[in-house]
Amino acid sequence: MKRALLQALADHGLASEVQLVETGCMGPCELGPVLLVYPEGTFYVRVRPEDAAEIVVEHFLKGRPVRRLLWTEGAPPPREIPFFARQKKLVLANSGVIDPERIEEYIAVGGYEALGRALTQMTPEQVIAEVRRSGLRGRGGAGFPTGAKWEAVRAAPGTPKYVICNADEGDPGAFMDRAVLEGDPHSVLEGMAIAAYAVGANHGYIYVRAEYPLAVRRLEVAIAQARKLGVLGERIFDADFSFDIELRMGAGAFVCGEETALIASIEGRRGEPRPRPPYPATSGLWGKPTLINNVETYASVRHIILNGADWFAQIGTAGSKGTKVFALAGKVRNTGLVEVPMGITLRELIFDIGGGVPAGRAFKAVQIGGPSGGCLPASLLDVPVDYDSLREHGAIMGSGGLIVLDDSACMVNVAKFFLEFTADESCGKCIPCRVGTRMMLGILDRITRGEGDEEDLRRLVEIGEMVRAASLCGLGQTAPNPVLSTLRYFEDEYRAHIHERACPAGVCPDLVHYAILAERCRACDACRRACPTGAAQGTPGQPPYRIVDSLCIRCGACLEACPFGAVEKRPGQRG
Amino acid sequence: MDKETIIGQYPRSPDCLLSILHDLQEANPENYLTEDDLALVAAHVGLPLSAVHDAVTFYSMFSLRPRGRHIIRLCASPNCHLAGAWSALAELRTLLGVDVGGTTPDGLFTLELTSCLGVCGVAPVMMVDDEVVGNLTPDKVRQTIARYREAG
Ligand SMILES: Cc1cc2nc3c(=O)[nH]c(=O)nc-3n(C[C@H](O)[C@H](O)[C@H](O)COP(=O)(O)O)c2cc1C
Ligand code: FES
Repeated sequence: MKRALLQALADHGLASEVQLVETGCMGPCELGPVLLVYPEGTFYVRVRPEDAAEIVVEHFLKGRPVRRLLWTEGAPPPREIPFFARQKKLVLANSGVIDPERIEEYIAVGGYEALGRALTQMTPEQVIAEVRRSGLRGRGGAGFPTGAKWEAVRAAPGTPKYVICNADEGDPGAFMDRAVLEGDPHSVLEGMAIAAYAVGANHGYIYVRAEYPLAVRRLEVAIAQARKLGVLGERIFDADFSFDIELRMGAGAFVCGEETALIASIEGRRGEPRPRPPYPATSGLWGKPTLINNVETYASVRHIILNGADWFAQIGTAGSKGTKVFALAGKVRNTGLVEVPMGITLRELIFDIGGGVPAGRAFKAVQIGGPSGGCLPASLLDVPVDYDSLREHGAIMGSGGLIVLDDSACMVNVAKFFLEFTADESCGKCIPCRVGTRMMLGILDRITRGEGDEEDLRRLVEIGEMVRAASLCGLGQTAPNPVLSTLRYFEDEYRAHIHERACPAGVCPDLVHYAILAERCRACDACRRACPTGAAQGTPGQPPYRIVDSLCIRCGACLEACPFGAVEKRPGQRG
Repeated sequence: MDKETIIGQYPRSPDCLLSILHDLQEANPENYLTEDDLALVAAHVGLPLSAVHDAVTFYSMFSLRPRGRHIIRLCASPNCHLAGAWSALAELRTLLGVDVGGTTPDGLFTLELTSCLGVCGVAPVMMVDDEVVGNLTPDKVRQTIARYREAG
């Protein structure tokens, strides 16, 4: 697409008048590739290389937008489209607007002004007080108050001190950190520099997962440019403060996102967590006081310094301040990244911004907080999205992954799927997590095969609570959440699997069966030809056909093949 | 670049361990780390060989066995799963004639699964080396493999 646009611009002699900027993610990924044209703010969606010439001729030469590629024909500019209008962009404000590979563009929108102000007009104590007063809490999952953490690192004895940015983003379904790193890398560097000044560190690390090569490249460029301009290095802004940042890459281990595991990994060891305390604030990298925050946390800092703690604190709820980026996914019309004020309800998030569940299906649950999060049902859609409300209802904010499930989802299966992930990623160091998650998986597997009994439900809760209480790190402590929350809100579905040997959503292959509706069958033979095992049987022209259950492998091929809707998938085993 | 040059670019500190290992593995056309590599790195960063071995076996991206020139990593996380990663996997299996973890006899590809690659907006997704290929359909899988086969 980029090549095609550049070519078209060159063909029409516009190469020097129109600048093509490769930006970070703008959010509405399902409409991609997207193109935003300034100064008007025209928003093109689903553009293809073939469209390049037309866009150039019509838009740039003749000055009229290409209507068929607009968001919707004749639609208002993006600011007024609900998907954008209900959002509040701080952390993502620059993503998709500036060229992340040019520090000049970041500076043009006020970049490094906050660092300048902190270094020249504030003492480190004042910076910490400001962050504390803003109410900012860590965006990496646990929601620990950022100001208190900074203060602990500043107060900790020992030198040198380190500042680390956790960019190991591993929660499946979460990609906000990648969007910030790729779309606005300097905002992270600036936040780290301010933090370093506040806690008294001169050296920083960014630990990025190796699966993000573009983010790594953009960070390398950003760091090089920042050094050249003197916003990293010796005597920044002529203040008595030096700070430099190095990149470190992960190597494919989810648990390395946990802070003590991450530190072990930087030190060149297996990325296994260790018990806390001591916390990294007192004994972190090489045993020294270390500040570790998430990408989004650092990216929020400049807004607090620039606009003041009071301004920041008026966004959000009593206990959760500012904005949070969510990754909307699953059965929802608008998928992608959205940034909203804390305290927005799930309903607003999923229905107003997300556009709701696509036609023909009903909302069933939302899985929030990644594999360590929980599933909330429709009755809780008016719960405000903040750290404390979510935790109270058995989910967590986590990194902000949000997967909408419709009525075609089996909650037992969903719980099993997420638990499989954590069981796989368990580093194996502590027994509750390593063995407990496997035991729970075994039980879930039995239930989905129709071999569970009532005792199993009690056992799941018992083991789940043990794993939660006894695991060494957050991975194990939160691993039972998907199971415990689905048990809490969808116990009926578990019981249907156990007592009726039926999967109400029709997902678990052992707990459904296929049948042919005699009155609809026209004996066209389509099902028999599609069936790989000879379970669909009959003679052309002689309805009805039938399905021999003992041969059926529940592949659904007959259902797809039948032109008359005569094949039905029914919950339960064949009676 | 030979191994000594690659390693020599890094300071003699254990915090460079993973970076050096990544570089060495990438420089090897068979995409793996040899015992020789581990010994060289251990000596350079000042860790016992056993500690380096210990670390290498922990991370899923490092391999101690030869792999294909290109590593295909298909995302198996929820969003991609829901979006139909399994039909892409079936296509990959058929095209390459290997199962997950396997390397094609011509040494061109190794097929692996991975957890979320953070590009869920274009699920289902796979990475071929550093290239992200999204919105996978069996057709798109075929085209991508053909493109890499052609390039060798
Ligand atoms: C298993 C596990 C995985 C984690 N993964 C991440 C991650 O990918 N990114 C992140 O910022 N924090 C992650 N955390 C949280 C970190 O341990 C730590 O709390 C966080 O980086 C602190 O930053 P914050 O205070 O800014 O949130 C993870 C924790 C656990 C237990
Ligand atoms: S789930 Fe596959 S890229 Fe995120």
